[in-house]
Amino acid sequence: MSASTHGHGTVLKHHFDNLEQQHSAERLGMWFFLVTEVLFFSGMFVAYTVYRNWYPGEFAFASSHLIWWIAAINTGLLITSSLTMTLAIRSAQLGDKAGLIRRLLLTFALGGGFMGFKALEYTTDYHERFVPGEVFRTEYARPLAELTADDARRKYEGRPVLTAQEVKDYQFKGGQEHWSQDLATRNYGKTPGAEGTVSPERVQLFLMFYYIMTGIHGVHIIVGLGCILWLVCEAWRGAIPREAYSKVEVISLYWHLVDMIWLFLMPLLYLIGTRGGH
Amino acid sequence: MSIVIGDTPRTAPPPPEPETPRRSYLNETSGFWSWALTVDHKRIGILYLVSITFFFLVGGIAAGLVRANLLTPNGAILTEDQYNKAFTAHGVVMLFLFLIPSIPAVFGNFLVPLMIGAKDLAFPKLNLASWYVYMIGAAFMVWGLLSGGIDTGWTLYPPYSSRFSHSSVAPGVFGVFITGFSSIMTGLNIMVTVHKMRAPGMTWGRLPLFIWAMYATSFIQLLGTPVVAITLLLLLVERLAGVGIFDPSIGGDPVLYQHLFWFYSHPAVYIMIVPGMGVVSEVLTCFSRKNIFGYKAVAWSSVGIAVVGFLVWAHHMFVAGISYYSALLFSFLTMLVAVPSAIKVFNWVATLYRGSITFQAPMMFTLAFLVLFTVGGVTGMFLATMGTDIHLHDTYFVVAHFHFVMVGGMVLAYLAGIHFWWPKMTGRMYSDFWSKTSATVIFVGFFFTFVPQFVLGYHGMPRRYPNYPEEFQVYNVLSTAGASILGVGYLMPAVYLTLSLFFGPKASANPWSATGLEWQVPSPPTVFNFEYLPITVCGPYEYAIGVDQMGRGLPEPPGAGDDNPAAKVGPTGPIGARPKETEVVG
Repeated sequence: MSASTHGHGTVLKHHFDNLEQQHSAERLGMWFFLVTEVLFFSGMFVAYTVYRNWYPGEFAFASSHLIWWIAAINTGLLITSSLTMTLAIRSAQLGDKAGLIRRLLLTFALGGGFMGFKALEYTTDYHERFVPGEVFRTEYARPLAELTADDARRKYEGRPVLTAQEVKDYQFKGGQEHWSQDLATRNYGKTPGAEGTVSPERVQLFLMFYYIMTGIHGVHIIVGLGCILWLVCEAWRGAIPREAYSKVEVISLYWHLVDMIWLFLMPLLYLIGTRGGH
Repeated sequence: MSIVIGDTPRTAPPPPEPETPRRSYLNETSGFWSWALTVDHKRIGILYLVSITFFFLVGGIAAGLVRANLLTPNGAILTEDQYNKAFTAHGVVMLFLFLIPSIPAVFGNFLVPLMIGAKDLAFPKLNLASWYVYMIGAAFMVWGLLSGGIDTGWTLYPPYSSRFSHSSVAPGVFGVFITGFSSIMTGLNIMVTVHKMRAPGMTWGRLPLFIWAMYATSFIQLLGTPVVAITLLLLLVERLAGVGIFDPSIGGDPVLYQHLFWFYSHPAVYIMIVPGMGVVSEVLTCFSRKNIFGYKAVAWSSVGIAVVGFLVWAHHMFVAGISYYSALLFSFLTMLVAVPSAIKVFNWVATLYRGSITFQAPMMFTLAFLVLFTVGGVTGMFLATMGTDIHLHDTYFVVAHFHFVMVGGMVLAYLAGIHFWWPKMTGRMYSDFWSKTSATVIFVGFFFTFVPQFVLGYHGMPRRYPNYPEEFQVYNVLSTAGASILGVGYLMPAVYLTLSLFFGPKASANPWSATGLEWQVPSPPTVFNFEYLPITVCGPYEYAIGVDQMGRGLPEPPGAGDDNPAAKVGPTGPIGARPKETEVVG
């Protein structure tokens, strides 16, 4: 024990007896931290479960208007990044500095790609005004107003008002498929809460979950990217010798957890609606 | 290797008193940065001690305002709006800035490595970070209090806190959110340290009960705090964005907030009280000169409280519209959580039985704890019972109940801890007379403050109201008078402990003749705690055979006067004590 202690004086911190103790403490610390992370997200998952049980129709509707293909690409990116992260541990164990740096940078690039697509997704959502609050209400009022105006004109000209089927197939002037038009055609002329209606308020509730959950997950990705960059710097200056590989391992634990949380978020947010010809 | 000692007690003579070290953790380095950037767990403990003492004062002033205002039926000094802000400030500061960090962050930091024979906590830098995070969170809270105050009550229920309150809710909530992380950091550090850093021979069965209590506390901190963190974050989003998941106008449910909030905040009361129970186990055994009665029962009841404590949260919501059946279940589970607490009390009383009790200040605080905590716990049963709770809910009965547990229990345990380990932390002894006086004054003041509140609550005076009918005035005046006495009692330690730093006689390494490893190093300890690897050979409370955890004899206990035969017989145990089979793991 003492021989190895003196051998790795720079890696071993003064308050540990030996490297084995130090590494197992670091690993255990990260595992405990991951427990807190799971509980941190669990509050949101619990709330999501409650509301989805209450409002399944609205959640399915809102989910079907999210951009599923970005989520699919992002899932691929994150899973691949977990692989490269694990390979980085292997490089660290072998003392392969160049390989370690290469694989860490690859992980960083994949994570960065995730955030890039995320930014694209948020921007698109924002331009579509698919955001809870005042913006949502204003956007929703537009197709409703168009329908109301059309009906008023028909009444004025003595024509029959829009039938339910006509409302469903209504051709809006914008032409392009949009969530607000979808929502308006479902609700127009019906009493709130009737069969087939979708409450615009509760759609906003889903959107709150969408933004908060993916937002907090994104913050975790950014923190993870920062940690990976730090590892790259450490590896660069030679501070990750073979016996200190647990530094990489500990960060990888965190990275995998963030990855795993995404694997729960992805289906819960993107895949619960019915797609294709709303 | 293992050595089994035979029939005859082979206790070494008391070790020669180590010279008070010229160099200790206090004077090894000096200057502002040596404290601001320290990673020494003992110095971080002191940083916490100073900070939480300050916030105790702040919270105490707010409490004083509340009590003074209640002197007359229509509010003596504050407007109704100011009154709301005063009691919220009292609650927020006392809970999040004093009670939750108090024992874990001060004594947990200072003592856990010393007690288990380690040089430091597992993650010293994380430990320092936790103090900074705490201070940043505290700064946000203070900002909230100074920029207009918060008027929601410490529970911050939406939709009032999210939509309607015009006070500084946002910075306050953000501050609470941040301090939560400091609590998680401390808990994580202590848990890993207990798992990985124990000295040779320090098995789980030989851990001092304070360590078991800290372990259980850290468990709650790790599992509970993240949930309240996300809850407060969601509340903050709702407050700032004007739309959120607790907002009834879009189909959200404010009661969901209450569930999530109490999922942490009920276990949080165990974060506050369980460390206090740990302190009591240490002090009680030392000043009764007896082994703890039922070590395993006391140790596992800490864990039991930590586990069952997570299953009782909805008893805060019996009248919030939860279903009859869930209320029934939570009522039952709440009564269940009283069992481990009761196990502790019975074991402590059994420890006292036929002990050679001496009444030093730490012991007086501990005995006061025993009485007050038991009253607090038993009145908790009134509130756990669904039928009575509907009558007592949100009345002064509840206020009195949790002050008996939190102040009568936790604060007194904290003071017991301060008085017990003060010589170890500072190397100085404080005034015997004044400390005993202070314990008495606090005990008396406490009773006068909170017993009338039970009566008030039973007769239906609601909490958080600035006004009350005239027939309640006599009780309120009594309570305020008691609070004044209590205030004086709290100021006394601040004075004589501070004076002891300059004028107090130097403390020996083991002034109380206690058994724990922390007493086997000089007072105050050196930077790396142990100059040799401490090898533990026996359990933590071998007062009967009079040996410390390293198997060495104890010095003569203090106050062992003429009427204490044990002191004259050499080894301090009762005559005829059976020698313990002692295993040495090396």
